[in-house]
Amino acid sequence: MTEPTQKKLTGLDFKTAGPAIALLLLCLVGFLLNPAFLSEGNITNLLTRSAFIGIIAVGATFVITAGGIDLSVGSMAAVIAGVMIIVMNSAVGTFGTGVTTVLIGCGCSIILGLGAGLINGLLTTKGKIEAFIVTLGTMGIFRSQVTYFADGGTLSLNYDIRGVYRPVYYDSFAGLPIPVWVFIVVAICGWLLLNRTAFGRYCTAIGSNESVAKYSAIKVDRVKTLTYVIQGLCVSLATIIYVPRLGSASSSTGVLWELEAIAAVIIGGTVLKGGYGRIGGTIMGALILTTIGNILNFTDMISNYLNGTMQGLIIIIAVWLQRGDWGRKHKDT
Amino acid sequence: MPDGQTISTPVLAAEGISKSFGLVPVLFSVSMDIRVGEVHALIGENGAGKSTLMKILSGFHQPTAGHILLDGRETKLPSNGETEALGIVLIHQELNLAEQMTVEENVFLGRELRKGAALDRARMRDMVQGYLDEIGLSLSPSDRIADLSIAEKQMVEIVKAISREARVLIMDEPTAALTEAETELFFAQIERLKAQGVAVIFVSHKLNEVQAISDRVTILRDGQWIGTHDAKDLTLDAMAQLMVGRELSDLYPPISEVDVDAEVVLEVEGLFAPGVEGVSFGLRKGEVLGFSGLIGAGRSAVFEAICGINPVDGGVIRVDGDVTHFRSVASARDAGLVYLTKDRKEKGLLLEQKMRPNLTLLALPQFIRNFSIDRKAEEAALTRAIRRFDIRARDPNVNVGDLSGGNQQKLLLAKVMEVEPRILIIDEPTRGIDVGTKQQIYHFIAAIAAEGVSVVVISSEMPEIIGVSHRVVVMREGQITGILSGDDINEAEIVRYAAGLKRETFHD
Repeated sequence: MTEPTQKKLTGLDFKTAGPAIALLLLCLVGFLLNPAFLSEGNITNLLTRSAFIGIIAVGATFVITAGGIDLSVGSMAAVIAGVMIIVMNSAVGTFGTGVTTVLIGCGCSIILGLGAGLINGLLTTKGKIEAFIVTLGTMGIFRSQVTYFADGGTLSLNYDIRGVYRPVYYDSFAGLPIPVWVFIVVAICGWLLLNRTAFGRYCTAIGSNESVAKYSAIKVDRVKTLTYVIQGLCVSLATIIYVPRLGSASSSTGVLWELEAIAAVIIGGTVLKGGYGRIGGTIMGALILTTIGNILNFTDMISNYLNGTMQGLIIIIAVWLQRGDWGRKHKDT
Repeated sequence: MPDGQTISTPVLAAEGISKSFGLVPVLFSVSMDIRVGEVHALIGENGAGKSTLMKILSGFHQPTAGHILLDGRETKLPSNGETEALGIVLIHQELNLAEQMTVEENVFLGRELRKGAALDRARMRDMVQGYLDEIGLSLSPSDRIADLSIAEKQMVEIVKAISREARVLIMDEPTAALTEAETELFFAQIERLKAQGVAVIFVSHKLNEVQAISDRVTILRDGQWIGTHDAKDLTLDAMAQLMVGRELSDLYPPISEVDVDAEVVLEVEGLFAPGVEGVSFGLRKGEVLGFSGLIGAGRSAVFEAICGINPVDGGVIRVDGDVTHFRSVASARDAGLVYLTKDRKEKGLLLEQKMRPNLTLLALPQFIRNFSIDRKAEEAALTRAIRRFDIRARDPNVNVGDLSGGNQQKLLLAKVMEVEPRILIIDEPTRGIDVGTKQQIYHFIAAIAAEGVSVVVISSEMPEIIGVSHRVVVMREGQITGILSGDDINEAEIVRYAAGLKRETFHD
């Protein structure tokens, strides 16, 4: 009686702690290759870079837990960044180059994010089109929009506003860069929402079995739509901290972010077909992805061009490890 | 077909089979043999080890100790369903058909006939048509599985088995989802297979069917072999007692009288919905109202429309005299109306989740404090529910999918009772659960009604409807053909209405 329980517990623990262990191992490898890896500067750099994918991946955790998928996030970030820049540049005339203009830009970003999420959500639920198709479509639409706005080139933020906006990416508060704080707040809110509220429970229930959810008085369409809206909000927040980094947007902004976000979610232990989501895991997943790139920068052993290869391998290995088939095989024999 | 063998040859035998999962023993030295051309029923309560024994006999599990004899020779059955090549076919309760493929494609799945590199569709088609004609099924080989009824799917499984020249057919509750008419048709097929020398192992909770169809009966209890008897030597009571190990008096609870003046809490007039054509009835406080009829008669459809699961096309629904129209399950729930689905695995429970989130899912708004879920209250509710409904789980953290059917059903009942409904609709309250748990469920229903909750019981099992209901509504083809009360509630009368031989005319 005690042994199977024990087995199950260790199995579960491995699943939960797996991504954290993997991250620690990666850090150890990084440190052995180059002690500068653990320097304060590099750690803050690493965390800041994780923030974009991390914030988007928190939103993706909701979408995926509820059984959906959103492929449009990278393009959405690009188009939001583009429109933000256009809006701020044209607001300069009326509102000057102060904080007001930046706030207008941020507000615009949030409205666009919520709106884009709502469109994805409604097309999926009310339109009854598969999420993969809907977001594949909007991915293309958003990407071409930003190319169109930039006229094939680059949209650049007014130089004076850039000075005002710059601290949002480059400044620190209590030793941590602002993007990291945003990441932390988003992660905590996401964790509470998924694990402590009825909404989170409903996402899990819908991802497990939509019929059961429907028969359990859950407004399936509303909850699913909301997951896309949350995803949109996360994308807009990530864009708000991303824009001051370069102060520009082009058709290559946010390329492949959707895959990195989904990868972070999956590495973190969330089940791709839905029904089980882990915000904590997602954060670890985002950190792991960034750390791999960072380590490759630090070493000459593997070319930096192989970043994608390493990330791909990690994703496949992570999912293979999480299968938990080993435990099951034990049970059957 | 092995014609030459005598009727008493065991084609497949289990000798002293024991099986443990990890450290948990499930079967203790069980022996059983199946002879050519016999129907051998395997009965026992949920958790008695029937499924495990079936899986061992079909090679899906290997026994921890003991032997399997095939045609008298000790054999290690190959796993992963490869036993089909040896003529042993297991038909799972959850049918194993590719829903989006046709009958023909399913029958030949994995061993398609070829002509050169291409599929020999014409020949496969002819063969499947031949099988279908042989067992008298009016299906076309090109019908899509998703469009078939459960009974028809069951038949397709049997056709599949026949096409594989099965010598031993192991069936896990084949009649669980069938109506009586379909069951009769099904039994006719079994007789035909028997005559061809096929040995059939038949697992069922419906003891009257066991007696009707089987030659011998093996009883398991708590993983132990209790006995193997000729079916004709056993009465239904004797079977039930052997299964449960104690006397089963009072399968049905005494029915308390309903006050004829009790208020009508639910009144339906001329309801139209998909599959429902002008249904009118009333439900009193504290009443148990049975809904009988063939599968597909529209019984579930009536209540899926009333409870906001499916749209209502027309008619009036009054709750406590007020005209209402629930647009969502949530609004029906908030008005005290809940529907317990007959499909507990697909629509009732989240099988990959624990008991706690399942229990509170319908009633979740009650568990919210300061925007978050009050876990302590949830735990307390689970403890209460486990006690009240006698839910037995080896470990409270077990996934619901690993509970026995009976315990799943109790959990589902606990789940809908968590909202403290005033009107409870239970669709097939005891499908696929053992007689001991059935008895408990019937007593729960009576107790719930005695507390003043109005209960609707939809069931295809006639004795059950008769045993628990104050009045019985009989439906046929989307309409109510009769509402019976008092001494009129008997099988003969219900069948007459269900089959359309008799019909009440209703006046407003």
